[in-house]
Amino acid sequence: MAAEAQEISTAAVVSSRPTSRLVIDKATKIYQTTTGPLLALDSFSAEIHEGEFVCVVGPSGCGKTTLLWALSGLHPLTSGVVMLDGTPVKGPRPEIGMVFQEANLLPWRNLMKNILFPFEIKRLDATRYQARIQHLLETVGLAGFENKFPRELSGGMQQRASLVRCLSFDPSVILLDEPFGALDAFTRDEMNLLLLKLWSEQRKTIVFITHSIVEALFMADRILVMTPRPGRLAREVMVDLPRPRTLDMQSSPYFVETAREIKELIYASIKK
Amino acid sequence: MADELLETIPEFRKDTDVKPQDEGFMDWTALTHVPTARNRREFLIIVGVAVVVVATIELLIRAFQVPNYVLPAPSSIFNALVNNFETLLPHIGVTLQELVGGYLIGATIGILLAGVVTQVPLVEKIITPYIILLVTTPMLALVPLLVLRLGFGLEPRIVAVALAVGPMVMINSATGFRRTDLAKIALARSYGANTLQIFYKIRFPIALPMIIVGLMVGGIFGLLTAVGAEMVGGGAGLGNRLVYYSSLARMEAFFATILIIALIGITMYVIFFLIGKKWASWEA
Repeated sequence: MAAEAQEISTAAVVSSRPTSRLVIDKATKIYQTTTGPLLALDSFSAEIHEGEFVCVVGPSGCGKTTLLWALSGLHPLTSGVVMLDGTPVKGPRPEIGMVFQEANLLPWRNLMKNILFPFEIKRLDATRYQARIQHLLETVGLAGFENKFPRELSGGMQQRASLVRCLSFDPSVILLDEPFGALDAFTRDEMNLLLLKLWSEQRKTIVFITHSIVEALFMADRILVMTPRPGRLAREVMVDLPRPRTLDMQSSPYFVETAREIKELIYASIKK
Repeated sequence: MADELLETIPEFRKDTDVKPQDEGFMDWTALTHVPTARNRREFLIIVGVAVVVVATIELLIRAFQVPNYVLPAPSSIFNALVNNFETLLPHIGVTLQELVGGYLIGATIGILLAGVVTQVPLVEKIITPYIILLVTTPMLALVPLLVLRLGFGLEPRIVAVALAVGPMVMINSATGFRRTDLAKIALARSYGANTLQIFYKIRFPIALPMIIVGLMVGGIFGLLTAVGAEMVGGGAGLGNRLVYYSSLARMEAFFATILIIALIGITMYVIFFLIGKKWASWEA
């Protein structure tokens, strides 16, 4: 009996719900602005497989965030549809966890209360997730900081806290919107490695948005390259690098050559 | 409304996002961010200087034999305070009743109105001129009229205090509620939060520092109005005593009354200062 309980709680810590599959079909988004309609996303189609790590890369203003918000159900699409495990996404879904630009912690709550925030909104019993939260806090190196307020934490620590907040309730899809863009290069590498570690442990389906080609190549199984205004899918790039990824891979000829190709592709699309 | 998210282009860090440091109409940070003693030594210096200042005033008044009706010495004011305290006590009670009663009514209406009105920008734009009119017009001017309508009891002065406090609390709270942080609202929405949850888990905490500032400034305005209204026409209260003592040239008692009024004001200030420290310090 005790052994069985032990097994269950361990399962809750690492493994999780089955992962999910996202299908994006001709996603189009037009914003009505004061200067007229703005086509932000134009007939974007893609499929993201169970447990896959997909990066979306493109220059600023290419509709990356719009795409992510459509995936998360925060924004309705003007036309087209996003399917999550076979059902259309029409609003926020409990299977989805988001990580925002900058950590987006609530400054009036301490670290633990920030992590418990999704449980309050979802009216979930956080005590059932306690082992999981504790495990995540230890993995990202934030154990012992539970009572600190966001302003007392460094940028990297804040973003680690927001990763814990996102993973705490065990979502099956994680959508990240340039999560480490505001961090310095070293902290960014560290955070990328941490995210890969968490991903290898938890096997979530991940859509990671970035404007850094190097970051995208380093993290992803597959890269979706976008063109700016209107946001269109320019090309899919399969990343042929073994896992676990290490930082020295970034100087391999394959890495450098592929990064150059993607860069040229994006520059060519900007000139047009 | 939470649905402002739906058609907003998600570029938070641009001008759509109001950061806490830039305020709209009023920023009373001078009141909420006063420097305080950092350690025991600084505290002793601050208190020591205060003692020296009072003692110097006392000595100067005695040395130059300043007449009582010009400026009574601190010691005689203190004596008057002790000797007249019993007769002043019911008047303190009257002033406090007007202040607390009017304040509770005004502040409650002010916060509620701000919370509701800021949800509908057009309604807010329509009523804001009237609120500014109420903030800028001294409500004391209405006291004679209120007395005519409501008689000589506490009621006209409670109404005057409420009229002074309400708009001040409202306009500051509205500034707070207008600080929408779309990224934080999006965060809550991504967990499936409804409009009410977004209001009390996101909008209200963001607004709280400005609400506290409004409550503090409202309190100061309320006290001013309560005392002033008693001076204009009232049978009791500290303002009434000021008129009474000055007409008899009892300047020690007059200053003792001012001292009590000042103490009420400072107490209110300290209460809200501490509330702000507890509930709004995340912003500093």
